[in-house]
Amino acid sequence: MSATVQHVVAPLVWAPQAWWTLFQHFLALSLMSIGGAITLVSEMHRQLVVESRLLSDADFTAAIALAQAAPGPNVLFVALIGWYSAGLVGALVSMLGIMLPSTTLALSASRWVARRKHWLSVQAFQGGMTPVTVGLLLATGYLLTPSLENPSALLLSMVVAGLVWRTKVPLMALVAAGGVLGALGWV
Amino acid sequence: MANWPRWVIKWSRSMPEVVQGPDDAPLARPASPWDLFVAFTLLALQGFGGVIAIAQRELCERRRWLTPQDFVELLSSAQVLPGPNVCNLSLMIGDRFFGLRGACAALGGMIAAPLALMLLLAWLMALAPDASPAHGVIRGALGGMAAVAAGQIVGTVLKLAAPLKNHPLSWPACVGLAGLAFAMMTVLHWPLVWVLLGLGGTACLVTYAVLRRRKTA
Repeated sequence: MSATVQHVVAPLVWAPQAWWTLFQHFLALSLMSIGGAITLVSEMHRQLVVESRLLSDADFTAAIALAQAAPGPNVLFVALIGWYSAGLVGALVSMLGIMLPSTTLALSASRWVARRKHWLSVQAFQGGMTPVTVGLLLATGYLLTPSLENPSALLLSMVVAGLVWRTKVPLMALVAAGGVLGALGWV
Repeated sequence: MANWPRWVIKWSRSMPEVVQGPDDAPLARPASPWDLFVAFTLLALQGFGGVIAIAQRELCERRRWLTPQDFVELLSSAQVLPGPNVCNLSLMIGDRFFGLRGACAALGGMIAAPLALMLLLAWLMALAPDASPAHGVIRGALGGMAAVAAGQIVGTVLKLAAPLKNHPLSWPACVGLAGLAFAMMTVLHWPLVWVLLGLGGTACLVTYAVLRRRKTA
């Protein structure tokens, strides 16, 4: 997080050239983002930091770290990249670019599927994907879980998994507890 | 839940305007697109380190707009399509209840408030340079929250696995498929697209054959 305090962003900077570059860039990446925009981070870094030089390496890393820590969908890191590159408008056009093609496709595809729910192939698709989805989500959880080198954090993750599975304890209470334990240096 | 301290139970029941029904109660539906927008805003703002866990809790358990089976099916479709899966999921849920207006309301709720909050945060952090004594504490807190977020996802997966018991491919086959998908991602480090096309495609074909045989039998 320390990297975020590096340069002061002027939120209302006038940079139509950068806005257009950002918009085009994210528009082109949108339909490639199967599994979320986070899978395209290295491509974004190559184009925006190395080639177009729209933002610094430190700001790029800070954008991802901050978006992971803040609440909401992880795709918001795209808006932060736009923010660090070209202010408020940069953030909005980046978000618009990454969302527009994929949402249009998702909406039309899901309507197409919903109208054909009686088709055997549609049922087979939805049924067949379900166990794979469960496995993929478990992999996400596993990759985020602390390693054995940090046993108290690992224990915390396991306790939380059990609580979420078996009880209705509010999830925000768990997040708050995790924050307090971490701030005290216990995990 | 019965063993929780009274204040925890009381708090969990006092969360905004939602009555928590028994698990077999009939499904409810949002009253309006605005209702969807508010619901998705609230759940997005509670989603630290990912929104799936809180979305499952809010939509299936507290508001009861979807069954866990609906949820995991929509998530499957959301996942094979490009785009962030929780955003695709909110689009599909909104569309299911109120068409295009609902889709926009749900997606808007998912994005608007967290986006505004995050930009504000980024701006403030840049304005107040180097709060170094607080940095260790903040980093520690974020680490603790990240550990909780990971646990929440694993706990949610365990809940979402329950509907698989009624799956046409039998429970053991489903566990095997989920285990394979898990191993391909974590041990073999295959790209997601391969796993979706290869394993997902195979699973769909086999399910199709099973459904077909069941229909003709």
